[in-house]
Amino acid sequence: MKWEVVIGLEVHTQLTTQSKIFSGASTAFGAEPNTQTAVVDIALPGALPVMNKAAVEKAIQFGLAIGAKVNRRSVFARKNYFYPDLPKGYQISQFELPVVEGGAITINVDGVDKVINLTRAHLEEDAGKSVHEGLHDGTGIDLNRAGTPLLEIVSEPEMRSAAEAVAYAKALYSLVTWIGICDGNMQEGSFRCDVNVSVRPQGQAEFGTRREIKNLNSFKFIEQAIAAEVRYQIELIEDGGKVQQATVLFNPDTGETRAMRSKEDAHDYRYFPDPDLPPLVIGEDWIERVRSALPELPATMQTRFVGVYGIPAYDAVTLTASKALAAYYEATVAAGADAKLASNWIMGDISATLNREEKDISASPVSSEALAGLIKRVMDSTINNKTAKDVLRKMWDEGLAADAIIERDGLKQETDTGAIEAIVDAVLAANPKAIEEYRSGKEKALNALVGQVMKGSGGKANPAMALELLKKKVG
Amino acid sequence: MIESSLKQLAAALAAKQISAVELATEFLNRAEQYNGALNAFITLDKQKTLAEALAADQARANGPVGPLAGIPVAHKDIFCQEGWRTTCGSKMLGNFVSPYSAHVIEQCRAAGLVTLGRTNMDEFAMGSSNENSYFGAVKNPWDGAAVPGGSSGGSATAVAARLAPIATGTDTGGSIRQPASFCGITGIKPTYGVVSRFGMIAYASSLDQGGPMGKSAEDCALLLNVMAGFDARDATSLAREREDYARDLDRPLAGLRIGLPKEYFAEGLAQDVAAAIDAAIGEYKKLGATVVEISLPNTKLAIPSYYVIAPAEASSNLSRFDGVRYGHRAAQFEGLNGMYEQSRAEGFGWEVKRRILTGTYVLSHGYYDAYYLQAQKIRRLIANDFQAAFEQCDVIAGPVAPTTAWNLGEKSDDPVAMYLADIYTLGVNLAGLPAMSVPVGFGSTGRPVGLQLIGNYFSEARLLNAAHQFQLATDWHTRTPEL
Amino acid sequence: MSLSLDDVKRIARLARIAVTDDELAASQTQLNRILTLIDEMRAVDTTGIAPMSHAQDMQLRLRDDAVTAADRRDAFQAVAPAVENGLYLVPRVIE
Repeated sequence: MKWEVVIGLEVHTQLTTQSKIFSGASTAFGAEPNTQTAVVDIALPGALPVMNKAAVEKAIQFGLAIGAKVNRRSVFARKNYFYPDLPKGYQISQFELPVVEGGAITINVDGVDKVINLTRAHLEEDAGKSVHEGLHDGTGIDLNRAGTPLLEIVSEPEMRSAAEAVAYAKALYSLVTWIGICDGNMQEGSFRCDVNVSVRPQGQAEFGTRREIKNLNSFKFIEQAIAAEVRYQIELIEDGGKVQQATVLFNPDTGETRAMRSKEDAHDYRYFPDPDLPPLVIGEDWIERVRSALPELPATMQTRFVGVYGIPAYDAVTLTASKALAAYYEATVAAGADAKLASNWIMGDISATLNREEKDISASPVSSEALAGLIKRVMDSTINNKTAKDVLRKMWDEGLAADAIIERDGLKQETDTGAIEAIVDAVLAANPKAIEEYRSGKEKALNALVGQVMKGSGGKANPAMALELLKKKVG
Repeated sequence: MIESSLKQLAAALAAKQISAVELATEFLNRAEQYNGALNAFITLDKQKTLAEALAADQARANGPVGPLAGIPVAHKDIFCQEGWRTTCGSKMLGNFVSPYSAHVIEQCRAAGLVTLGRTNMDEFAMGSSNENSYFGAVKNPWDGAAVPGGSSGGSATAVAARLAPIATGTDTGGSIRQPASFCGITGIKPTYGVVSRFGMIAYASSLDQGGPMGKSAEDCALLLNVMAGFDARDATSLAREREDYARDLDRPLAGLRIGLPKEYFAEGLAQDVAAAIDAAIGEYKKLGATVVEISLPNTKLAIPSYYVIAPAEASSNLSRFDGVRYGHRAAQFEGLNGMYEQSRAEGFGWEVKRRILTGTYVLSHGYYDAYYLQAQKIRRLIANDFQAAFEQCDVIAGPVAPTTAWNLGEKSDDPVAMYLADIYTLGVNLAGLPAMSVPVGFGSTGRPVGLQLIGNYFSEARLLNAAHQFQLATDWHTRTPEL
Repeated sequence: MSLSLDDVKRIARLARIAVTDDELAASQTQLNRILTLIDEMRAVDTTGIAPMSHAQDMQLRLRDDAVTAADRRDAFQAVAPAVENGLYLVPRVIE
């Protein structure tokens, strides 16, 4: 039987606020346990929540960025369950009336665009953390994270493969970091994905029973966890079993998913409107203020890049993976580099080196101006492409400008016809067979000879000029 | 001194006829003398009280102080107070010394009021008889066989027995008015949002409201001036200009339109209570008020609506008592859930458990619309009834409770019978209105009767005025029980 | 609506309150009496009535995003049943 995979994502993005969503305690990561807790965060009797304005503003930003409806009135509700990292015994979240509804994100898998619709995005508080290390017995609870503002972003179940799910997660990640509502630090849990997976026979209209994989904090794990889960579900059904709705965890070490124990009564959260918090009302003027302050979004920028710089759509998407990368590209072009060459260099050598060194574009030792300096020397034929790669490596390591390295190492391309002619003559004399082939119609035979001329010149010859000379002499 | 009004005490303190330490000592001695019999206080801490009194005297010596500086106040054990054990009448918080203070406490301390002690109450404010306290039942000072009412029974008894000049209380379904009525004192539940709930241990958040309980409307007005006020830490606290709740006390009542809801005088109202209420209405007519019959047609539905909403909110509010960060943790248990289940089973009394279970059920999957949502819609109908009534009258008057105080043990095995006795007080909380209880006489067994006055939103000053004028003309509020 | 013993057990479990068998039977009786009282309101026609979840018709007030809470861990943990290394200690949780 052919199976179709159905995937929906619930992504918890920590919002970049200074203080918690309902208290004045700090949200900074990495403090001593329980030192960033106000009375609300440890749920002392009588403590009450007070809403953080910045968290609301970030939710509005997100809603506008995905073309969603920002609800003028939304309601906070209590989600009731017992767990030691949940001090009140309920999580303040939004249920029936979330702050953001609808919206969409376009993903691209294998060159094909696909629109993924979003169901909603709602504000809620994060839970604390359980700690097992360094204790004699039992589990320790650190509530520093409790009350960190989260925007939970829920997609429609519109993804049909792990690749689509990862592309969606990446696009979402790029967007929330782009508009600056999330710091994107996945190791610290700033961007965590719950993935709902089900399978159904191809062509069947109803969804299969889904299982929810909790708390995936890397794109690689999303991919692996979905693969494992799909395998499990298909095998189970083919063996005559039935998938039971469950919450599961992915173990990266074994590559398997398994059901969580603590979620037995997870289906009865007893939601009701939080009596401590009146409805959240967002005025038109606030929305307009946020709209006008919103940065240019990736999709808009991609269209502009294609139109203004004449680069392919693929390049535009890659260059807008982050705001910093796009800014780097634009600055390189503004400093005089050819738009397509700049794109090639940034997507090529620059990205490759950054990846290898696990650096972000903002930490690149070669500035956009320096890169433009290098590209200009390629444009005016001072050096050829191959030499430029070497120069870039030296720029990277030594922090010098392209011109300084070209000058110091004498890398200036040889454009003196006389000097190249001598090398051409020598190469022709040593390769009579290639000349024969060329004359009998094999155009490509001379290309090999260009390489020899380059070698003979120590890489400094202009390859185009060498080919031209070869043709002239043989022709 | 123990019969003095707050104004008289304040004058004596200002004239240095008495010090705050002497005043506190006098009330402490009385409280210690009678608490064994009445059980009005859960905690008395002479040292702490006298330290606060001494500080009040020093503040006065150093410059001008607030009008109530140096006056002792008994706090219901529901307001968190830093450094004081705050039990909420529960074993769950039997050893909980609060690390922070409620807004009400902060305001009282800032005004120089001296904490006399922490008064007994029904556990987590759930009850109408004060028999649901882990620290034992409170006795009605008028009759040792009678309940004092609840949940602020300790505060009511302390004031009625003159163990404290004034006290704080909270009212979720009648918890200030009903014990005030049963004990023959005056108490007011303000408009929801007037007194901050910050640091006031939550029972049902959308209904809870703190207020003063005193010997007279004038005393209540003065303490309400201290307790009320905007607090940014409570999202339901109303950002309103400060007001002087005593400003209208002396206003004549001529032209006051009193509405009498026919549903409050229907079947179920005891004859002796009806007689005392009728007499009080007669007194109001003498004072120049006019009387009009009104209708609050959904009165009966207040009981089911309240007993869905309050337990629902309570079931969630009390989830934080899990034995992890504070409060009772069982000695013997197995695993995490065992710890929760055992600690909560041991820490809560049965009325609290019943309400948690009821609330858990009505919110649970598949029942929300039928119970909680329906109760909220009925809540709207009840609030609308009051608004329609206030088109015909300025103040609504009626009984606080269908009967005078019942006997200890009389209804403790029958929660439903106890719930039904709340019929006249619940609607006010559902609507969020201000209301008070004013002593207007005694029933056939010599137990006090309270008149309930209900006003529209923010009409506290008008209610206190109506009560004060009545108290100028009558002496019911000055009657004291023999101890 | 009438609750069975199993219903009561399920509710008690959801509420994390241990109930002995004797208590269970008593609870069942009392909860059913309470539900009978509550059921009076279920027949009321409330079509078109907006539910009222707050006593005042107000909007959520928003606070500026600023760190205002100091570290009071020691004071807060002075009342904790079990603490180690600044962590609240609970029986081992296995996921």
